[in-house]
Amino acid sequence: MIEAELSRSVVRWYPGATGVTGAAKLSGGASQETWRFDIMHPNGPIGAILRRSPKGYGAAPTRAAGLAVEAQLMQLAFEAGVPSPRVMHVLTAEDDLGTGFIMQRIDGETIARKILRDDMFAAARPHLARQIGGVLAGLHRLPLDKLPELRGRGATQEISEFERDYRSLDWPKPVFELALRWLRDHDPGPSVETTLVHGDFRNGNLIIGPDGVRAVLDWELAHLGDPMEDLGWVCVNSWRFGEIDKPVGGFGTREELFAGYEAAGREVDPARVKFWEVMGTLRWGIMCGGMMQRFREGPDHSMERAMIGRRASETEIDLLRLLAPRGS
Amino acid sequence: MQDEPTPIELTKSVADFLRTDIAPLISGHQAFKLRVAINILDLVTRQLMQEEGSDAAEVERLRALLGIDGSVTELNRALADRIASGEVDLTTPGLAEHLWATTMDKLAVDQPNYASYKREQGRGG
Repeated sequence: MIEAELSRSVVRWYPGATGVTGAAKLSGGASQETWRFDIMHPNGPIGAILRRSPKGYGAAPTRAAGLAVEAQLMQLAFEAGVPSPRVMHVLTAEDDLGTGFIMQRIDGETIARKILRDDMFAAARPHLARQIGGVLAGLHRLPLDKLPELRGRGATQEISEFERDYRSLDWPKPVFELALRWLRDHDPGPSVETTLVHGDFRNGNLIIGPDGVRAVLDWELAHLGDPMEDLGWVCVNSWRFGEIDKPVGGFGTREELFAGYEAAGREVDPARVKFWEVMGTLRWGIMCGGMMQRFREGPDHSMERAMIGRRASETEIDLLRLLAPRGS
Repeated sequence: MQDEPTPIELTKSVADFLRTDIAPLISGHQAFKLRVAINILDLVTRQLMQEEGSDAAEVERLRALLGIDGSVTELNRALADRIASGEVDLTTPGLAEHLWATTMDKLAVDQPNYASYKREQGRGG
């Protein structure tokens, strides 16, 4: 039972803690799990989250930065005032919980459709696009010399990697070929500035409260690169959850996003943002293909995974809307 | 020739049973999984109804576009190769129309409620 290990862990590093209660798994694949639990304390319970790779699952997939790096980035973000949970403890061998970290639990909603529909968030919604611009500006300003070691990825390299991933699927898709051609023809080359890139900043990976963005989650695809990548990815149509006329996560306009980013003292390059939006749309399409392949060949023979394979066509229509729009 | 009911009718009867009789009895994660299962059966039903017609139209367009004959898979592979080599692009007459028609037919099976699809369907193209 995980509560026994967690209890032994928290009493060692949380002053006054007497144990834990209410541990429940929130999500988990074979290699990574997220648990919620409360730290018992004389002053009242403290909400916490465990993110870990269970024992025997130390190796991270190639693109992922790894949980230790994720913990460092979240803590840096928290210290710099970027909405982020405070990291309370990085797991050690003594914890006997695998690798990972424990962080503060932040109340709020991550389910995109609820954020876009529920009355509770009605007052926050009109401000979110602009606010996200400000949050991304803060994230892109984190000092490079304080960052942990991260892979560097520019536009040219990403095109090649996605082409390789796509070709390895042996899944000939004329629309994807068209997108790859377009990306090569519009490759903006190295960015003027290299910054931290979150890599998966989108509606669904943010904790939102009635007051707006409370935390940025899922830092596992963080890398060094073109900051415009994050602005493009947050606009990918699949993350608008049906609100297709509001490109920024279904919340608002690109102009609002750009205004928030610029108000925080950073510059936007709209052509690069468009490049990364096309790239992001293709990226999600290729990821859907990867899901199909893992469903066929891998241990995860789930219906959900199979159906994600059938979502590749949504990226094809979105790529056509971007690259070959029909008259209005 | 196989007997009837057809696969379309059989699949639809299972989906209707799960939706009407079973879904109200189940909650939580199992209810989510059941919804996915019903969605799969609905997708299969749509594909069984539409695939023959849409594949035939797609092959027709591909033969005209490429000037060669083959199965729908072979012709798609050939088109993908020609786009990759730069031989065919958006200035090629008929390419954009073909890709739009093919993609719309896929969405009609995969996700007829996807907002981009509904918007494009409204264009009547």
